[in-house]
Amino acid sequence: MKRIESINEFVIKFANVNGSGSASANELFAKAVLRMGVPVSPRNIFPSNIQGLPTWYEVRVSEQGWLGRRGGIDMMVAMNPQTWDADIAEIEPGGYLFYDSTRPIPESKFRPDVHVIGVPLTEISNANYRDARQRQLFKNIIYVGALSVLLGVEPEVFQKLFAEQYKGKELLLESNMKALHMGRHWIEQNLPDRSIGLRVRRANNVGDRIFTDGNSAAALGCVYGGATVAAWYPITPSSSLPEAFQSYCEKLRIDPATGQRRFAIIQAEDEIASIGIVVGAGWNGARAFTATSGPGVSLMTEFIGLAYFAEIPVVIIDVQRGGPSTGMPTRTQQSDLLACAYASHGDTKHVLLIPEDPHECFDHAAAALDLAERLQTVVFVMTDLDIGMNQRLTQPFEWDESRAYDRGKVMSAAELDEGRDFGRYKDVDGDGIPWRTLPGTHPTKGAYFTRGTTRDPYARYSEKGPDYMYNMERLIKKFRTAADLVPAPVERRARAATRLGVIYFGSTSPAMAEAFHLLEEDGVHLDGLRLRAFPFSDAVRAFIDSHEQVFVVEQNRDAQMHTMLVTELEIDPARLTKVLHYDGTPITARFISKAIRERLPERLRRPSEHKDREAA
Amino acid sequence: MTYIAKPRLHHPSLTRNKVGYTRRDYEGRISTLCAGCGHDSISAAIVQACWELDIEPHRVAKLSGIGCSSKTPDYFLGASHGFNTVHGRMPSVLTGANLANRELIYLGVSGDGDSASIGLGQFANAMRRGVRMAYIVENNGVYGLTKGQFSATADRGSKSKKGAVNHDSPIDLVGLALQLGATYVARGFSGDKDQLVPLIKGALGHGGAAFVDVISPCVAFNNHSGSTKSYDYVRQHNEAVSRIDFMPTREEITAEYEPGELIEVEQHDGSILRLRKLDHEYDPTKRYAALNTMHERHERGEIVTGLLYVDPLSLDLHAGLNTSHQPLNALGPTELCPGGATLAKINAALR
Repeated sequence: MKRIESINEFVIKFANVNGSGSASANELFAKAVLRMGVPVSPRNIFPSNIQGLPTWYEVRVSEQGWLGRRGGIDMMVAMNPQTWDADIAEIEPGGYLFYDSTRPIPESKFRPDVHVIGVPLTEISNANYRDARQRQLFKNIIYVGALSVLLGVEPEVFQKLFAEQYKGKELLLESNMKALHMGRHWIEQNLPDRSIGLRVRRANNVGDRIFTDGNSAAALGCVYGGATVAAWYPITPSSSLPEAFQSYCEKLRIDPATGQRRFAIIQAEDEIASIGIVVGAGWNGARAFTATSGPGVSLMTEFIGLAYFAEIPVVIIDVQRGGPSTGMPTRTQQSDLLACAYASHGDTKHVLLIPEDPHECFDHAAAALDLAERLQTVVFVMTDLDIGMNQRLTQPFEWDESRAYDRGKVMSAAELDEGRDFGRYKDVDGDGIPWRTLPGTHPTKGAYFTRGTTRDPYARYSEKGPDYMYNMERLIKKFRTAADLVPAPVERRARAATRLGVIYFGSTSPAMAEAFHLLEEDGVHLDGLRLRAFPFSDAVRAFIDSHEQVFVVEQNRDAQMHTMLVTELEIDPARLTKVLHYDGTPITARFISKAIRERLPERLRRPSEHKDREAA
Repeated sequence: MTYIAKPRLHHPSLTRNKVGYTRRDYEGRISTLCAGCGHDSISAAIVQACWELDIEPHRVAKLSGIGCSSKTPDYFLGASHGFNTVHGRMPSVLTGANLANRELIYLGVSGDGDSASIGLGQFANAMRRGVRMAYIVENNGVYGLTKGQFSATADRGSKSKKGAVNHDSPIDLVGLALQLGATYVARGFSGDKDQLVPLIKGALGHGGAAFVDVISPCVAFNNHSGSTKSYDYVRQHNEAVSRIDFMPTREEITAEYEPGELIEVEQHDGSILRLRKLDHEYDPTKRYAALNTMHERHERGEIVTGLLYVDPLSLDLHAGLNTSHQPLNALGPTELCPGGATLAKINAALR
């Protein structure tokens, strides 16, 4: 029988039952590999459920550093009888099945082309623990122990991880190490040769990178970026973002002298109230944000139009999930682009920032707070479930100590006293951005009435066509100004000169990085442009103009970014080739490389040396 | 509406308040509402209340939703920042503004459509959160700007100008405010300025969520004989349980009162609400008593007005959140940004 042999390059998937405590055991496993100096990229695949439904944790181990989903499973840890058949079917031929052999399973339930390792996990656990909850939790640690022997993960690594996790709770450290050793011991006693083809070998390829999720990173970015007001309504997959903001603020934002909080967080009655609170705080000069997902954005759209037209700084972090309607709340997509870029009635356009990983979630969240005040408008941070809710190996967070907050054009009492002309909606600097005053600034000057109805440059109610046109033209000028202020796209030049280009963005990034590599091995060279924001800067047009064929890779059905590129840059749609992935799972390198190969011009097409088995 | 603008020049003999402003300094643009509209009387009462309270106009932020009532903040306090938000959502915007700067005085102006129909949820949640604000509903039971449709406060059986009869139960915002935890609940009538001005003053000086429902007849669409919100109907059925005087501090009682008819309520800032009880049984510091009285009087077809309930020592949302005394919008990177050394530690913990 074929046997998959691989050191430091494989995918292991854990099939569990939601609510069984497996999440922390699986995370422990991923971190242990990381501590061996080998990059990992885990992904939670979970149901919209708290207890009972199937959940999976897929860990890609890759010394080369590929952090995207690869596709295909080399080893399945099958802990959920409900999904047994589907889980077994997913294993690559020559791969491995690890299961709980306490209860006999009929021969027919196994695959002849898969290597089986059965460990009586329940039996070991029940023999050692009496309490039902303990039996369950330690069973998870026992399988991590067993796996660590099979794969060669050093026990010292776990000792250290437990010590960090249970600092001050030495009893827990001891009991967890004990359970881990039960698993290790069983393998050592019962499978003396214990060699399987997959190994983790100590390496040095993690560097100073950190391991965190995008939601926590964005929350920390909001702390560093100076957000003081957050209002939100719970919705998957964004809820952990404001919760992380709360927990960071409780550590980092308490006035040491008084114990008072330098932040205010409101869990509102709905998304409409959330955005209303953010609009009110922004109007009054506090940096404010909300975090939500697609359905929340839908509810917020009336307010988004108000903030656009009345020119109020607002930051919305949209952790995208599968739509439409309730859609796939626990699956990932990039399908809110159009809903956000053009949210609300009337002619509206909004700034989008598009981070690729937790590091950029931090950067973009802080940048969004600056941009919202500089531009006096709504700024979206478009992350998604794949980035938001999965821990990812990412560059450490950075903060320039000399960085000041850009509060934009806020006219002070002193400036008003100097006799500066104040026209709230007047373009005095030629960039389309007017000056504003904050409530309470001056006893007699600078007050104005904010409204969503038409007004003249001095904020006086007006229904005159020219006043309306002046305002709408100025808003478009402001949007053009934004194109030069938002994070610039990142270009990646192919190793050989090429007329082919690919545009991608957000969570597609790690899969795309690997797809470049796969395609290059086949002699297909592509220049890449990773978009980081909307509106598009001139560099985007230049990239498209300088390539004969440009693929646009995105994770939605309707090619939303393609639509935005065609519309905003007035590009012939035939110049752009759609590559679309939208089944709710994160896009893979295999999918991208196959899709691109299939869409290559005839002269460049040739049979692949790589299998595209997983790509659908 | 008045077409003739009053001259902006002030007569030197106009009385100035303690902060040096005349009553005219609290006015705004010329109203565009119908002549005789109850809302304009409420605007005048707000002007009077702010002047008497010696509030500097620019220290007030006035916010509203959408509708006739919500247009009025443009017609008073011209030196204050105002925000005409979206329909039914004034409470959330005001909440955010209040969180950003706790030092301003917040005046929320809304209507019955804005607060009882589309905005019922936001009204309810602002009350229960204890957002420090004077929340004034200019209640006429009708949609004026869209020409005469019933709102959710229209009484069952009341007739529209076009002859349609309302079959739905009315929402009583006062009753809701009481149940939801508002700590200052009053009802006034736009046609009774003597009662209304002190009610607004008390609300502006209150330390938590203050709600004032003001019956304000709509002369264009709801001032006919079938309406329970017409001037005539309200005048005939108005039953005041109390009259209040608002005193910035404790002052000697000079007027003559029957013993037992006067109670004084001290608010957290030291201001005094001096209540002349018109109903001997009535205790405005008991929430359940207020609810009982309202229900009883409602059965008799009476509209209860006056200060119905007050918790003089109530705390607001900021107290619950323990936010810093320094307004959040005045904090800079020194207070807000944890800095590079802390970030290095955070990075280290994530490896």
